[in-house]
Amino acid sequence: MAKQFVKGNEAIVKGAILAGCRAYYGYPITPASEIAHAAALYMPMVGGTFLQAESEIAAINMVYGASGTGIRAMTASSSPGFSLKQEGLSYLAGAELPCVVVDITRGGPGLGNIAPEQADYHQVVKGGGHGNYKNIVLAPNSAQEMCDLTMLAFELSDRYRNPAVVLADGFIGQMMEPVDFPEPVTEFPEKTWAVRGVDRDRMNLVSSIELDPDDLERHNQKLQRKYEIITNNDTRYEEYQLDDAEYVVVGYGIVSRLVHTAINQLRDEGVKVGMLRPITLMPYPSKRLSELAALEQVKAFSVIELSNGQMVDDVRLAVNGTKPVEFYGRMGGNVPSIKELVHEIKRMMRVL
Amino acid sequence: MSVKILGKSKGFYETYERRPGNNQEQTHYCPGCGHGILHKMIAEALVDFDVAENMIFISPVGCSVFAYYYFNAGNIQAAHGRAPAVATGVKRALPESIVISYQGDGDLAAIGGNEILHAANRGEAITVFFVNNAIYGMTGGQMAPTTLIGQKTTTTPYGRTLQNEGYPIKMAEIIASLESPVYVERVMLADVRSKNAARKAVRKGIKNQMEKKGFSFIEVLSTCPTGWKMTAPQSEEWIKTTLAENFPLGVYKDIADQVEPLDLSLNLAPPERVPKLIGLDQDKMDFDTASMKLAADIDQEIKIAGFGGQGVLSLGVWLSEIGMREDLEVSWIPSYGPEMRGGTANCHVKLSRNKIGSPLVTHPTVLVAMNRPSLEKFEADVVEGGAIVWDSALIDVEPQRTDVRNIPVPATRIAKEIGNSRVSNVVLLGVLAGFSDFLDPLVVQRVLPLIFKKKHLLEINLKAFEVGLGLGRELTD
Repeated sequence: MAKQFVKGNEAIVKGAILAGCRAYYGYPITPASEIAHAAALYMPMVGGTFLQAESEIAAINMVYGASGTGIRAMTASSSPGFSLKQEGLSYLAGAELPCVVVDITRGGPGLGNIAPEQADYHQVVKGGGHGNYKNIVLAPNSAQEMCDLTMLAFELSDRYRNPAVVLADGFIGQMMEPVDFPEPVTEFPEKTWAVRGVDRDRMNLVSSIELDPDDLERHNQKLQRKYEIITNNDTRYEEYQLDDAEYVVVGYGIVSRLVHTAINQLRDEGVKVGMLRPITLMPYPSKRLSELAALEQVKAFSVIELSNGQMVDDVRLAVNGTKPVEFYGRMGGNVPSIKELVHEIKRMMRVL
Repeated sequence: MSVKILGKSKGFYETYERRPGNNQEQTHYCPGCGHGILHKMIAEALVDFDVAENMIFISPVGCSVFAYYYFNAGNIQAAHGRAPAVATGVKRALPESIVISYQGDGDLAAIGGNEILHAANRGEAITVFFVNNAIYGMTGGQMAPTTLIGQKTTTTPYGRTLQNEGYPIKMAEIIASLESPVYVERVMLADVRSKNAARKAVRKGIKNQMEKKGFSFIEVLSTCPTGWKMTAPQSEEWIKTTLAENFPLGVYKDIADQVEPLDLSLNLAPPERVPKLIGLDQDKMDFDTASMKLAADIDQEIKIAGFGGQGVLSLGVWLSEIGMREDLEVSWIPSYGPEMRGGTANCHVKLSRNKIGSPLVTHPTVLVAMNRPSLEKFEADVVEGGAIVWDSALIDVEPQRTDVRNIPVPATRIAKEIGNSRVSNVVLLGVLAGFSDFLDPLVVQRVLPLIFKKKHLLEINLKAFEVGLGLGRELTD
């Protein structure tokens, strides 16, 4: 269809609408506000709902209500706002409601700043709210993927009846790139569980309450089985120059773009280095990392994040002590230069 | 500890199968509790109005969390305080449904104060039942925002004081002070007469929603014999003598007859029309990339910098748009972090035949400097053999580098001569197209009309481009 030069944040909204999303509830926050702006512009054009809610808490609960009726609904925010949505996400996960939440991560903790960080990994990937639940988490690294992975988030979220988060950062949100927008989705899964105010739904209940300990345990076990199925079926990652790699760099989102360039330079210098980029952070490509760790040619892993080192935990769990796992991170919205990355990757290798 | 709702309405399930335990005929409410009575009034009204199957009941947190055991309707259970937000999401998606948001005093007036206030203020076309019994029943008899001064609860063991907790909050009065709500009444469940009045209010609140009149709010002073440590008759008496004295009954607002029904209709576009509606059908221009005069190998990293308002970011976007139509890989990103300090706005553009990794430009192949601070700040970063294109009409110093192409362009002066100083960035675009091997002037000339849709703007910008292009071509001679 149309190829357009757009900002990542706008690609999200167009992708969402193409995916059939017809309700956006949100609260403005930098650097995610452009998503709300675009939703306010386009949702009414397709007969959908855009509402600026009184708070992040209200917004996620409006999404909860909308999703309970079976329609595709979303919200978007940035780190402090995402923290406020955690209560609602726990309820959505508990009630097994689909929804898509976008987090354009900024610097923290507290008010922090509005520069890009990746310090929401823990609060997004590890649940964040209370209870034994997980979000599906997708991490785009281009404007094209802001569209594609938002669309995928709706699909996976519906298929598994589970909240899906698109975890990006201020960089990818602000960056403009050409996006090939796909055709709109025309077929949607039937939602027999939805509450629509018609006779056939009168026994339907959207709820996360299970008073009996055995019932609640069974419910939780069911959720864990679901996460296993998601892991088996929908783990996504990208490999770059890994065939003969002795060193594996792991980075997601904007970092993977920087590492891509750094690897090209390192390869020019004859260093056998490659990258594994997780596209899904939940499910995490642990299996692939274990496989790589088991290869004799692979000497070590280095993880690069715009954080104090959060995803590195998952790499260490996957590698499970079989090979060294080093970490380099920047915080506060500072982004490493390519020169710095090349230097750090080399340093991490020398240390090893 | 359970009470049967006498003469069960068809608005309730036949048996309460979701209720755990053996007793699936009766509710879980304590004897003398007002919830069962109010539930029955709601169920009866829905059946009488023939909308029972259209109801969506939003269960709150508190004793009525289990309302879904009883109402024969779709149920959605909400987090503590959030029922009006959930109801908003439901009603907006299903405007034909009857959405009942039902909350207790802690739920609505404390933790959910924000949600109810704003749902009311937006005039959501829902019906809200607010059960005020001046205490937290389910959690163990703690203070509610509506607990009376002096009233003892498990968290006000010496009685609520003005000094520590302030006055009980009067929600009907607060909601009635807003412009949007159409109907606000406070009723009580005490004697037969007051219950009849309550039934009337319940029916009116639901009728309003059926007629799409807007937001209705019914505050119900209700009994909590367990929480109050009273018998059922004592409780009804206490409502009359004490609670209703502090929370005066009555209609606080009723403009339902004066307002027109809301247009709540949804006009959902069919999927096939969606691309056009969100602007994805434009620009099906075909560009013959084979005939373009471009270098075989392109790997340009361009930094454009100047004051805000000089069209710095726009120039970057246009370069990228042109690059995209030349079938190049392109990226654009505005200045970030530390770069934003010090009087320059800038953007990074990459144009390449290869996939673009980092979108950041630290060592530009081309620096376009539109003011002096930008030139001074970024001159040193330009790669050897790169180019510095700078506005010599605004910048009163020369670049010091001798290992790069020095291209002074009096862009602002030229733009003024053409008739608008704001087109200086397009003059610079023309220069770039003239001397570079990564911009095809023919493509630029076809892209400009996509950017400048108004005829007079297009004309002046095309002119600016032509002049710039001429200057740029001279450089290659």
